[in-house]
Amino acid sequence: MLVLAAASVAIGSRPVTGAELWWGLAGHTDTIGEAAVYVRVPRTLLAIVIGAALAVSGAVMQGVTRNPLADPGILGVNMGAALAVVIGIAWFGMWELDSYVWAAIVGGGAAACFVYFVGSLGRGGATPLKLALAGAATAAALSSLISAVVLPRPDISDIVQSWHVGGVGGASFEAMGTVVPFLAVGGVLAWVSGRWLNSLSLGDDIAAGLGVRVAWARGGAALAAVLLCSAATAVAGPIGFVGLIIPHLCRLLVGTDYRWLIPCSALMGAALLIAADIIGRVVARPEEIAVGIVTALIGAPVFIAVARRQKMRAL
Amino acid sequence: MSADHELHISGLTVGYHDVDVLHDVDLAIPSGKVTVIVGANACGKSTLLKAVSRLLKPRAGVVMLDGRAVHRTPPKQLARVMGVLPQAPVAPEGITVADLVGRGRHPHQKIVARWSAADDAAVAEALNATDTAELAERSVDELSGGQRQRVWIAMALAQDTDVLLLDEPTTYLDVSHQIEVLDLLAELNALRGTTIVMVLHDLNMAARYADHLIAMKSGEVRATGTPASVLTAEIVQDVFGLDSVVIDDPVSGTPLVVPRSRAASSTPPVRAEHDAPRPSPR
Repeated sequence: MLVLAAASVAIGSRPVTGAELWWGLAGHTDTIGEAAVYVRVPRTLLAIVIGAALAVSGAVMQGVTRNPLADPGILGVNMGAALAVVIGIAWFGMWELDSYVWAAIVGGGAAACFVYFVGSLGRGGATPLKLALAGAATAAALSSLISAVVLPRPDISDIVQSWHVGGVGGASFEAMGTVVPFLAVGGVLAWVSGRWLNSLSLGDDIAAGLGVRVAWARGGAALAAVLLCSAATAVAGPIGFVGLIIPHLCRLLVGTDYRWLIPCSALMGAALLIAADIIGRVVARPEEIAVGIVTALIGAPVFIAVARRQKMRAL
Repeated sequence: MSADHELHISGLTVGYHDVDVLHDVDLAIPSGKVTVIVGANACGKSTLLKAVSRLLKPRAGVVMLDGRAVHRTPPKQLARVMGVLPQAPVAPEGITVADLVGRGRHPHQKIVARWSAADDAAVAEALNATDTAELAERSVDELSGGQRQRVWIAMALAQDTDVLLLDEPTTYLDVSHQIEVLDLLAELNALRGTTIVMVLHDLNMAARYADHLIAMKSGEVRATGTPASVLTAEIVQDVFGLDSVVIDDPVSGTPLVVPRSRAASSTPPVRAEHDAPRPSPR
């Protein structure tokens, strides 16, 4: 993790020398190389918090829905948050990250409720497959709505485009200051909900028998998940698959106990996003590939592998 | 030994949607005994158990535990006195036995508290009592049906409650595993004085393991009492619509219900509880 963070500062689309690295870290921006290093610091920190937030959000969503395919992207929550932000930019002239975050939380929450409602319709309630289908369909619909909002507005399409692909490149300490409080609240709530998720994973009846207020626990955990991924989306655009693959990886490492799974996901999610960001900077030098595209390239095969495993029924 | 707990049900009406599944049920569950609920499919036995354990809200009436309505008791406080094991629970993929049993400790832990020595002791005791200690590090997926059910019971034991409700703990088990699980519960009742209330399908198992039997039909209680007083040919006919001969179980001396086939049911039922065993009329 620390190695990755160091690598993220040192490696970029512009190669830098050791001296430039040192002076850049010390705050000097006299040469281009030093300046490059200087902006990579907040970028790395942002990758850490966003990666952690998305991975924890995915772990909590998987626990709340008892669904191994749950992820902020697949359940459409990211897209809901994104649509709300885009609408805010297009129709309400939002420019401030503050208002992005609030819009994203409202949009993400609305999308989460909608997907859960649609996925619970019909016989058998919210089965993993129905939820994933409802989420994917909703995400696709929201994504075309985003296009519908942006296409007639050439004046905003550049802003939306760069934000929407998913990136941590535009990071600044101010941006971090705005989202970190939201992520902190979401993170603490997620950490507390670990014990509820442990009980919920045994089934609602057993959880209730263990003294858990099932509806409250589920609502609280879902709120944590929506807060985390919506705030992350507001700064970095919708980044997919981190929330899907990291919790599965962590299950292999620390087992099924959510009190361990959540911190482990935070750590691994941060590591993955830094690594993806470094790869994106290096493979297409001197251009950059946005981190959201790299995670999709890594994540899609993992999604298929998880979906193909037959034992996914019982999370 | 467990403390005494008064469990009373009065005027209980419970339903789903427009249909009442239980009508005006009154019952008293004896403390420190094994109570078994029997009845035909869809007679409301599981619903009764769910209403008692607070999983379903009654439309009318009340379930009182130690003079307090269970639906008005804080859930965690209730979960320290009364444990519930639903029918055919499903464990999360890859969970270990020790982890699953440890989750029974939830009602004894605070929101941010760590695992305590008391938790460790309760889990170890539960594993020993159910003879699953050597399975502790195994994954629940790999276990046989009988082992898995013992592990779930261990989880309920780790919860360390004086009252334990179980909905068909022997579903999907073959006969030797059924005996294994029921013997375990009987032992628990004898050693710890745990009040056990369970739903069972098999009348003869019910007769053998119950101190107190409740027979239900269409959402009403038709008979309660000792197995010998409840399992008569008349009551079996009334509750199950089944023509049978009741004899003494040659092993336990409890009533043994021997059904007649439908073809032979035109002959009137024979009272034979205290007759010597005779060949079944098949």
